[in-house]
Amino acid sequence: MNNTEQKSCPLAPIGIAVNNISVIYKNAHKAISDISFDIPCGSITALVGINGSGKSTLFKAIMGFVPCYQGQVEIMGFPVKKALKLNHVAYVPQNEDVDWNFPVLVEDVVMMGRYGHMNMLRIASQTDKDAVDQALTRVSMQDYKQRQIGELSGGQRKRVFLARALAQASNVILLDEPFTGVDVTTEEQIIRLLKELAQEGKVILVSTHNLGSVPEFCDNVILINKTLLAYGKTSDVFTTDNLQKAFGGVLRRFVLSAESLHADADAREVTVITDDERPVVLYGEKGLEQLASGSGLKPPSNTPIKVRKES
Amino acid sequence: MFEFNALITTLLLPFQFVFMQQAFIVVFILSLPMAILSCYIVLKGWSLMGDAIAHAVLPGVVLAYMLAIPLSIGAFAAGLCCALTTGFIKENSRLREDTIMGIVFSAMFAIGIILFHKAETELHLTHLLLGDILGISLASMIETSLIGLFVLAVMVIRGRDLLLLIFDPQQAQITGISIKFWHYAFQVLLALTIVAALQAVGMILSIALLIAPGACALLVTKRFATMLKISVAVAMSSSVLGVYASFYIDSAPAATIVLFMSFIFILLFIYKTNQQRILLHQRKTAKFSLVDNKVSL
Repeated sequence: MNNTEQKSCPLAPIGIAVNNISVIYKNAHKAISDISFDIPCGSITALVGINGSGKSTLFKAIMGFVPCYQGQVEIMGFPVKKALKLNHVAYVPQNEDVDWNFPVLVEDVVMMGRYGHMNMLRIASQTDKDAVDQALTRVSMQDYKQRQIGELSGGQRKRVFLARALAQASNVILLDEPFTGVDVTTEEQIIRLLKELAQEGKVILVSTHNLGSVPEFCDNVILINKTLLAYGKTSDVFTTDNLQKAFGGVLRRFVLSAESLHADADAREVTVITDDERPVVLYGEKGLEQLASGSGLKPPSNTPIKVRKES
Repeated sequence: MFEFNALITTLLLPFQFVFMQQAFIVVFILSLPMAILSCYIVLKGWSLMGDAIAHAVLPGVVLAYMLAIPLSIGAFAAGLCCALTTGFIKENSRLREDTIMGIVFSAMFAIGIILFHKAETELHLTHLLLGDILGISLASMIETSLIGLFVLAVMVIRGRDLLLLIFDPQQAQITGISIKFWHYAFQVLLALTIVAALQAVGMILSIALLIAPGACALLVTKRFATMLKISVAVAMSSSVLGVYASFYIDSAPAATIVLFMSFIFILLFIYKTNQQRILLHQRKTAKFSLVDNKVSL
């Protein structure tokens, strides 16, 4: 099989194929069960679920860190181990998972993304150095190369690890809660970058509980709670019923019924579901709710939720 | 002039004895791999693991003596046994690793002490515990150097992998670096280094050489390359100074080395806290001047 051909996306349109996997931990605790989905290349997919729903276990299973009790995962058409060897997978950790006092510089961290491309001694070639420079430039962090990672702000820290994933030049990028502890500007920058990467044919999987931003940039959504609740196009999956299933009792939910919105006999109501970050706003008659346009965007200051009655 | 010459002669006196020359050579060779390894130990947070392995080698040494095999082999086997037992119990219980290590190494140390008194060896307990650098044989010198060189070679060749593993285990796994392999490899390196240092500084004090240089370095730098350099500098200077000073004050060389290291640590600590205080003061005054600007505008 020709490697370079396999690497390019059109020939392997399925980026991540998860086939009926279950993971059981050593203490016989079943973390996730019977999860299947196919993520196509050139798309952004959100992995959404409450804490303890098995999001990170699913991530670990996709990266091959935990063995699957049943089922298998294929990345770019290869079994996980082979895919890791071929440098197909890059990972952006949560900010909380990193020891920021560690004596490494920004350029050191980004260079770590190149280790898979180097030989045993991990001596950087000119190609590696160029890749690091390019990655840092792409996230506008080239001026911070020589900084120790602890000297950066939350958003800058996130960008350094994004740069590492870019330098790794993998086809699949997994991001664990990329928007926690990040300011709005950085969030927008990250989203723009992810969209660009998806256009280049990369497979992006983002675990997030930031519901409001999901419709703004994700093509597909996976809803899980120990098992798969829903998977499909964002507009299809992001419904009141599904979110209720995934978050029942955990998230705040406001329903603004017709009477409080307008005086005529319009049965449509506004539903706001939020985990106290950015709310997702749905509007329409029961069962036919649609994502209110701009619900992922910052609401204008005068009206908190901009949904108008059609006259 | 005559007095000056006399002073020089007195100062150079330690270098004229063969046992002193040997001692200088041994500590010099030892301090390099120990200083480098100590940077990784400090960052990994494995000081206690080093301490445990160091204590656990005692029964191995005594048994090796009874079986008439090289002491270093017995010591190495015992050190590894401690590490593996700790790993096994951790996998199969809910106890924390430090608790398990505390139990395992003290049990092994106790076995060692009992064996030592039963076996009626010609070994000196104090030499095992605190080292006998002045009485080191040529064979142990060669052994020490070879082990030291091996550890050094591994650190130079695979150090980057180990650093990535300590910093970000998940990224390391993605890169194809095996966590399990390094978990044990690191313990083997630790056990080997302690074995190498056994004759020179003893099992109790070897741990100081495996922690203090890296700790000193981490106190003052935020770059790993600099950390390695400072660690080596601290280890080498205090080793040589310690042996040298012990000649005049007639003290145990190993203990004197450790004392020098602790002294450097305290100095660096004071320097660092002082620097931070100055920085804080500067920031405060800078803030005030900013406020002044605003007022004048």
